[in-house]
Amino acid sequence: MNTTGKVTGIVSNLVTVSFNGPVSENELCMIELAGTKLLAEVIKVNGNSASVQVFESTRGLKNGDEVEFLGKMLEATLGPGLLSSIYDGLQNDLTTMTGVFLKRGEYTDPLDHEKLWDFTPLAAPGDKVVAADWLGEVKEGWLPHKIMVPFSFKGEYTVKEVAPAGQYTIDTAVATLISESGEEVKVTMVQKWPVKVAIKGYASKPRPQKIMETGVRCIDTFDPIAEGGTGFIPGPFGCGKTVLQHAIAKQGEADVIVMAACGERANEVVEIFTEFPELIDAHTGRHLMERTTIICNTSNMPVAAREASVYTAMTICEYYRAMGLRCLLLADSTSRWAQALREMSNRMEELPGADAFPVDLSAIISTFYSRAGMVVLNNGKTGAITFIGTVSPAGGNLKEPVTESTKKAARCFYALEQTRADQKRYPAVSPIESYSKYLEYPEIMEYLDEKIEHGWIDKVLKAKNIVRKGREMADQINILGDDGVPISYHVAFWKSELVDFAFLQQDAFDDIDALCPMERQKYMLDLIMDICERDFNFEQFEECRKFFQQLINTLRQMNYSEFKGEKFMEYQQQLTKLLS
Amino acid sequence: MAKAFNRTYTHLQAITKATVSLKASGAANDELATVGGKLAQVVKTKGDTVTLQVFSGTEGIPTDAEVSFLGAPPTLKVSEQLSGRFFNAYARPIDGGPEIEGEEREVGGPSVNPYKRRQPSELIPTGIAGIDLNNTLVSGQKIPFFADPDQPYNQVMADVALRADVDKIILGGMGLSNDDYLFFRQKFESAGALDRIVSFVNTTEEPPVERLLVPDMALAAAEYFAVDKNEKVLVLLTDMTLYADALSIVSNRMDQIPSKDSMPGSLYSDLAKIYEKAVQLPDGGSITIIAVTTLNDGDITHAIPDNTGYITEGQLFLRADSDSGKVIVDPFRSLSRLKQLVQGKKTREDHSQVMNAGVRLYADAQNAKTKLENGFDLSDYDLRCLDYAREYATRLLSIDVNISIEEMLDTAWEIFAKYFSPAETGIKQSLIDKYWKK
Repeated sequence: MNTTGKVTGIVSNLVTVSFNGPVSENELCMIELAGTKLLAEVIKVNGNSASVQVFESTRGLKNGDEVEFLGKMLEATLGPGLLSSIYDGLQNDLTTMTGVFLKRGEYTDPLDHEKLWDFTPLAAPGDKVVAADWLGEVKEGWLPHKIMVPFSFKGEYTVKEVAPAGQYTIDTAVATLISESGEEVKVTMVQKWPVKVAIKGYASKPRPQKIMETGVRCIDTFDPIAEGGTGFIPGPFGCGKTVLQHAIAKQGEADVIVMAACGERANEVVEIFTEFPELIDAHTGRHLMERTTIICNTSNMPVAAREASVYTAMTICEYYRAMGLRCLLLADSTSRWAQALREMSNRMEELPGADAFPVDLSAIISTFYSRAGMVVLNNGKTGAITFIGTVSPAGGNLKEPVTESTKKAARCFYALEQTRADQKRYPAVSPIESYSKYLEYPEIMEYLDEKIEHGWIDKVLKAKNIVRKGREMADQINILGDDGVPISYHVAFWKSELVDFAFLQQDAFDDIDALCPMERQKYMLDLIMDICERDFNFEQFEECRKFFQQLINTLRQMNYSEFKGEKFMEYQQQLTKLLS
Repeated sequence: MAKAFNRTYTHLQAITKATVSLKASGAANDELATVGGKLAQVVKTKGDTVTLQVFSGTEGIPTDAEVSFLGAPPTLKVSEQLSGRFFNAYARPIDGGPEIEGEEREVGGPSVNPYKRRQPSELIPTGIAGIDLNNTLVSGQKIPFFADPDQPYNQVMADVALRADVDKIILGGMGLSNDDYLFFRQKFESAGALDRIVSFVNTTEEPPVERLLVPDMALAAAEYFAVDKNEKVLVLLTDMTLYADALSIVSNRMDQIPSKDSMPGSLYSDLAKIYEKAVQLPDGGSITIIAVTTLNDGDITHAIPDNTGYITEGQLFLRADSDSGKVIVDPFRSLSRLKQLVQGKKTREDHSQVMNAGVRLYADAQNAKTKLENGFDLSDYDLRCLDYAREYATRLLSIDVNISIEEMLDTAWEIFAKYFSPAETGIKQSLIDKYWKK
């Protein structure tokens, strides 16, 4: 029999419950409120009193209301049909809910149990298998969705039987396995997994080997993120965090995209599911929505489910990674998740850490980031989760606990600058502050040497240096005045403006400029670096400004034109003429 | 409210300025009660102790005050009768008219299923170029004015509301001075728009904690018109800084650990619950929220504007401009996140490029100004930028502009051509060919 209890105290969504049996940390319970059952999670136990965070509004709840503990943690349901779904933080399907308003206690099934899937067996009777090994596959959109030995299975199993190719629902037993002790178990296409526990089931987790292209020049060229890498985007509001993240989601070179809208604006989620079904993935030619799962806990939805939403999203990625797919997880914003932790810690009257955040914030963040990565599966195939989180630092000040903790965990840092945003230099990623640790990885260096050209990284570092030098020159010019510095200072400054305007800035709302493939990035950087390596002599600085502005304008027109198209080549000729 | 089920107690155990605690059983979270005749709400239960937040303050409440639980959270009676009326924070008429009859609804109710929302796509023109040209508003958007207390934000907001093409305007006034309250009343009356206006007002003469009810009341009324009647509703909330101050008073009295700027740790969620009521509904109704967040000397890093900025879809930043001598909508600090949903789609194709070029050149003018202030010689380009900035601020950024978006774009092209070459604007060649004023 399950443990039961009664409500003894309520502060907002923190409820204390006295109980009569065994209870575990993070166990789920149902609180009965006048016939409606509200899901809650145990976050602290003290004597026979448990503190639980309720995933719903607690309006109308009374002391003495009945509580039933469920004996399990919060689980994600994993199976074919996850892609193109829109879930809340607890993986309820938002599309099958009735009514315009969310109803408290309405929980819907994440997967369609009626739909038939085309199943093809991959394993044969007699095969020895362990957790996460592939038994068969169904086509989910254009992706091969593997049906695996459930992750919770321990030890080795022998395949007794696999269903023949055919159409089945997800609840059909498609395989029968025999455990080491001779027990027979049936495997369906669905399995469950507790979201707060990382899915292992792979052979090894090597260092990242290659770059994940995003089509965003300031990322791919200047600070590339590795496939299976981690990165984060901090920045004050209004600096283009969301636009940048959406651009990455639209263009990222990945098989599966999971977007966790965590405590952010509902209209941004609406934008995703309005636009994505229309947009075509440049890599596969299929609709973007077919490879996308949205987990959405918007800022007005219950706070406790915010934390659950990022874990649910990560678990879904780990599931697809185990199929040998490349996943991209985007979480906007991890600060809201941290704030949810703070609200809870505060209500439990725990001693606060910096800025009233819980003291273990840093540990929670780094454990979460560590779930990303590239893995080699038991069968030698590889899969990856690339994770990019946004951080919303209070007051735009990067010296705050969430940014600092994330900086320790993530390998790429894309700092958004207020001054760049003010000047409408988008994306407002600072070319000076931002970094990618992957540029120092020998594996990545080798990959870039081979994929793009030998010595590519040196070229990139040179370009970075031009920008850095330009900044110093700008400072000097500001202090000493236009006439107070040699003309060479102006030239150095305008070279950096050239790199900034013609390369780093990119129009996310222009059909052509928005997506810039690596080949085009290289072409443009070569053009620009060729200009930057030339010596220029001007009589006076005004002449220098005019000259460079013309170059910039021509290069920008090239960015707006179809790559190597008629217009593009025309502008390039103009450029050559200007330079001769 | 069902009086028959009242449970009455007469012994208070603790009293703070905003809350009282007593031993009681059966109290539900968020339930209303009266304490010595004053309205209060359950905010915490612990064992058999219940803590109530008393909206009008606890001055003069004795330990033997009578406490009656009313069995329900705050409600609002909704019907067409709301139109044209002025209410206080408890939704009692303050205009001398009769009480409202209608269906009683809980305020601060659940949120709209994000999947049922529609993407906002209808332009709300205001005639102010600093808004329409640079920071276009869209129905279903939520956006605050960030302004210092000496800026004319209430006037601008009233102008925007009256010019906007909406079915209902709902005013939620929090800590309004009596003068401002009368200003709104007079402005709405003289515009002949009273029948499409509903107001919930808490003035500075009333206790601050009462303000906490105002946004919920205003938005419950808005939801009635938008959801039940499929109307386009514009909600004005002024001043949200005073609302947040009231939140911090209550959390302080409840001994909660404050986070940044002595605001409660839940400030983000508290504000989001209000602002996220802005919605474009599937059946055509919409709720648009324009709010005011007053700043302390332009400081947007304070917890209130900071959290607001992360929730709202942009902000409109008002400041006095010394070049033009006018109050302008600051093009750098202002932003409408939804503008690209209508710019170039509901407006002319050149809109977004003209906007960006205008602001970029204005930024160059700011650099020139810095140089000038530091005593350096200005280049020819700098001088042109400065002249441009003055004209741009006067003819486009100033809040007293009232022209159509076409006129704004034409004005911008005209000013560009007056001071710059096409290359200096960095605008796409195809647009230059079509619109450049020769």
